[in-house]
Amino acid sequence: MSKTVLMQGNQACALGAIHAGVRFFAGYPITPSTEVAEIFAEELPKIDGRFIQMEDEIASMGAVLGASLAGVKAVTATSGPGFSLKQELIGFGAAAEIPAVVVNVQRVGPSTGQPTSPAQGDVMQARWGSHGDRGVIALSPGSVLEAYTLIVDAVNLSERFRTPVIFLMDEVIGHMRESVTLPNPEELKIINRRVLQPGELPYRPLEDGVPPMAVFGEGFYYHVTGLIHDETGFPSGKPEVTQKTIKRLHQKIENNLPEILRFQTIDCEDADYIIIAYGGTARSAEAALTLLKEKGQKVGLLRLMTIWPFPYQLVSEVCQKAKKVIFPEMNYGQLVGEAKKVLGDKVIPVNKYDGEMMPPEAIVEIIEKLGKGEE
Amino acid sequence: MRKELQKYFRVNRLPHIWCPGCGHGIVMGALVRALEKLQIDQKDTAIISGIGCSSRASGYLNFDTLHTAHGRALTFATGLKVAKPSTNVIVLSGDGDATAIGGNHFIHAARRNLDITLIIFNNNIYGMTGGQYSPLTPTDGKATTSPYGNLERPFDTVELAKGAGATYIARGTVYHVLQLIELLSKAIQHKGFSVVEVVTQCPTSYGRRNKMGSPSNMMLWQKEHAVNVKAAAKMTPEELEGKFIIGEIYKTQAPEYTEQYAKLVQRLKEGGH
Repeated sequence: MSKTVLMQGNQACALGAIHAGVRFFAGYPITPSTEVAEIFAEELPKIDGRFIQMEDEIASMGAVLGASLAGVKAVTATSGPGFSLKQELIGFGAAAEIPAVVVNVQRVGPSTGQPTSPAQGDVMQARWGSHGDRGVIALSPGSVLEAYTLIVDAVNLSERFRTPVIFLMDEVIGHMRESVTLPNPEELKIINRRVLQPGELPYRPLEDGVPPMAVFGEGFYYHVTGLIHDETGFPSGKPEVTQKTIKRLHQKIENNLPEILRFQTIDCEDADYIIIAYGGTARSAEAALTLLKEKGQKVGLLRLMTIWPFPYQLVSEVCQKAKKVIFPEMNYGQLVGEAKKVLGDKVIPVNKYDGEMMPPEAIVEIIEKLGKGEE
Repeated sequence: MRKELQKYFRVNRLPHIWCPGCGHGIVMGALVRALEKLQIDQKDTAIISGIGCSSRASGYLNFDTLHTAHGRALTFATGLKVAKPSTNVIVLSGDGDATAIGGNHFIHAARRNLDITLIIFNNNIYGMTGGQYSPLTPTDGKATTSPYGNLERPFDTVELAKGAGATYIARGTVYHVLQLIELLSKAIQHKGFSVVEVVTQCPTSYGRRNKMGSPSNMMLWQKEHAVNVKAAAKMTPEELEGKFIIGEIYKTQAPEYTEQYAKLVQRLKEGGH
């Protein structure tokens, strides 16, 4: 049994990644994610890992992809402005199918915004920030402990599906300190990329849509490019190759949802009102749930840890019987639009974008009004 | 092609996409001859390029090759080299790729003195996008975006690399190809960050707009304007006006980043701080 320790979210994120086998970190200082880099700088050389502070955010992303091609699990961490800068190479990682994890500890934007204040304003950027079409996996932890356990999943999924995974924290989770009891190491499964075997093509997918991966230095002499390429890895201008490639970059994720979707439901079965929340806002939602139950309301919580791919079917099924669905976010309204795609006007957004945490009362108030027939 | 060189090429990817008369093929040819001369371990060599005409060379070379994003080759190279220091890392880049969009990465890779060889194919122009001026286009040089002549001053890549901390710096031309093979061999052998700028011709865009004549005339221009570093040492600044220096221009020794990091790991293992 591990002992209980006081830990910060950013620290948990770095230590969880190391547990998952990450041995390379490249980053650039930015608030409120810098502690992630600081922990890696301290810990990696002790375990023969490598830390490097790069000259900018773009360079950090490039270095992480380069390290991953060398066969080393790699992470970078940033916050809003840096996340914007990394987008081109996140797209390169998606196109060339290179595993990596990009931690984004969200702060208020746009632009420099408010560096030390929480927000969830990069949710759509995580999905659509890089140009062109591709599938995306993004996870968002709801506690310090989960920053540790869920980044293990993020690293695993990046290896499993050969794609950059976005780990979308927020300043609440990143800077919060909680007492956590870490799981015993053997409780958290570690997944490694499937290795290319002689005779296999470097970009020919297996049945699940994911190609096994060659590592540099193994004598495969293969080519990695951000140009649209065929199964050999070399550029192709053929329309059918382009279509097939872009489709596969989506379908390797869409066709494997049970492996990717992580969520928690609390009392949703016969709830009149269901709150859907993720990240730091889920903590407020949990508190609201307790307050509302004390007042006799039938309320449930659907907490999303996987936000991309968005779990449309799950949301539709879980919320089918609910009268209304409340969707709080620390932004002007982002992920709520996805819930509306399947639930329509039944969804009521609750938005906070003033740099303060979502107070539970904001959620309680809306549900109480709904209970009284007011809207 | 000489039989012993064939193994370095992806013969099925040839012919290349470069224009007739382009000098880039000569640079690529000089590189494989340097690798052959050094009997370099093909398996442990990675060739990394950015975006542009020069960066297409990675696709033709039979190694682990990585064709990255515009200007970013050195960032991927840094990650790969730091994660797996046993790899020989060679970066192929153009004048725009290395000194404009990739300029920041260029100076920082030099500063860290990573054991990487950077080859800059300098044809004074952005060729792939159709001939725009680059940071290495001479003042008054014509390009589609400097139709009245370039108002800007070009970088001197040698001085830039030196100021940034590169520990081996050379310049060659595709005309002086035997010397180029020698310079590339020495750069690859050098422990630390080595830079070789290769003056090469773009007859289609730069040559045509600047009335430099045929590809062979452009190569003769290289012959007439290049001064060997030893000869240059005996010349006055006035005599060197309008010329450029070729040869092994600067060489020094400095701690190499991945070796320093390995020492840190060892020190911590032994209980140090």
